[in-house]
Amino acid sequence: MLQIKCPHCGMRSQNEFSYGGDATVKRPELGKEISDQDWDNFVYNRKSLRGKHWELWQHLSGCRQWIKVQRDTATHEIFKILKANEEIS
Amino acid sequence: MQKYSVFNLVKNALSNHENWDLAWKDPTPKKEYDVIIIGGGGHGLATAYYLAKEHNITNVAIIEKGWIGGGNVGRNTTIIRSNYMHDDNALFSEFGMDLWRRMSQDLNYNVMFSPRGIINLAHSDAQMNTYARRGNSMRLNGIDAVLLNREEVREIIPMADFSENVRFPIFGGLMQPSAGTARHDAVAWGYARQADDMGVDIIQNCEVIGFDVSAGKINGVRTSRGNIKAKKIGLCVAGSTNILAEKLNMTLPIETHLLQACVSEPVKPVLDKVVTFGAGHFYISQSDKGEMVMGGDLDGYNSYAQRGNLPTLQHVLTEGIAMMPFLSKLKMLRTWGGIMDMSMDGSPIIDKTHIEGLYLNCGWCYGGFKATPASGWTFAHTIAQDRVHELNAGYSLNRFNTGHLLDEKGLGTKTWIS
Repeated sequence: MLQIKCPHCGMRSQNEFSYGGDATVKRPELGKEISDQDWDNFVYNRKSLRGKHWELWQHLSGCRQWIKVQRDTATHEIFKILKANEEIS
Repeated sequence: MQKYSVFNLVKNALSNHENWDLAWKDPTPKKEYDVIIIGGGGHGLATAYYLAKEHNITNVAIIEKGWIGGGNVGRNTTIIRSNYMHDDNALFSEFGMDLWRRMSQDLNYNVMFSPRGIINLAHSDAQMNTYARRGNSMRLNGIDAVLLNREEVREIIPMADFSENVRFPIFGGLMQPSAGTARHDAVAWGYARQADDMGVDIIQNCEVIGFDVSAGKINGVRTSRGNIKAKKIGLCVAGSTNILAEKLNMTLPIETHLLQACVSEPVKPVLDKVVTFGAGHFYISQSDKGEMVMGGDLDGYNSYAQRGNLPTLQHVLTEGIAMMPFLSKLKMLRTWGGIMDMSMDGSPIIDKTHIEGLYLNCGWCYGGFKATPASGWTFAHTIAQDRVHELNAGYSLNRFNTGHLLDEKGLGTKTWIS
């Protein structure tokens, strides 16, 4: 079972969280002309890396905040955790 | 090649079964092939078989990083069905059902196809209506479907929970009588043996490191056993699709997720159908050895681990016990996981790509095993003719761009939500 350290609540079990997918995907900017390819990349296309992967989780049964987690998709090791409004460096 | 027959069985019994031919060879890779198939799983082996059998292309190599049949074809729950509503899925799967029915004879290998029927349980009036619609759609496409009421379901699976005061009472179900199961490993080995016999090189322990692409054309692959040239290359690597796509600078509408399955200790025959729980995601059948074979939800986050986590297993088995309470008395024998190529609309991709000579077969989600023959057949056609067959025309890569999604379940793009 994963143990995720919520930046707001501390170390909690995976059971309290729900998953939100790739955290590096950015919605195209509002009010700008967007190509079909940009929309494709935003809605459908994913790198789905093997190894370090930034992803969104929501602490659903806790503080209900969204967070960003960098996890290894092969070993499940967690490296870094950020609040939702913190940029991935 | 020695034919597998009663006569040969008796003959070889006299020499203590020590003189059987090897089922397939272990060749050294040649410098060049007409076609290279990457991935020695069910789909890759079937593709090579149909390239040789249907299109007379035998200068073919299958390149496999591990050993053939070691991925999802050896890890699934062996269910075969064509109970789809959308035309593209229904016609493709039903074409596959015909290949399944003939497979043991075609391959001279007993794949133990057992058309025992599948029942999808319904737990509300609304779900019965949905199943009636799906069943009617199936019948319009020539697929057998029977809508069962509560009493009819009780006759077939009396061990399910038919008490009145449960959270998800059984209202009825949709049955496809011709669906069933097969011996999964035999499918891989049967295709491998026939493909090898027709001249296909099965190259195991050979990892693809990179691709040789120039001027928009594929020229070959770089592997751990040297460079191999080919004008046509097909990818059949399921959960590893994204790893190879990255080497080709392609980003695909695919995410790799982990799906677990498990078997109980063997018990006497109790269940002669495949049954799925309608209020969640759980399916069960009984193997010939007596084990209850069960599976359900994805682990729910991107994973290449090929092994699962306990919370999902607990969740899945909770559903199982809600449906068939006797399961709580059984001990678990084994659990395992496989990595799925989850596409963004739940349907697969069998298509050409923007690189000339590179063909893509991926996105099988939960349904890769049952699609093995139809996938191999259509992918072989797509590679040999350099154009898609009408059976896989709906499984195009650009449907995500044009909006022609095949969203059988109506779930949208969150692949981990089941």
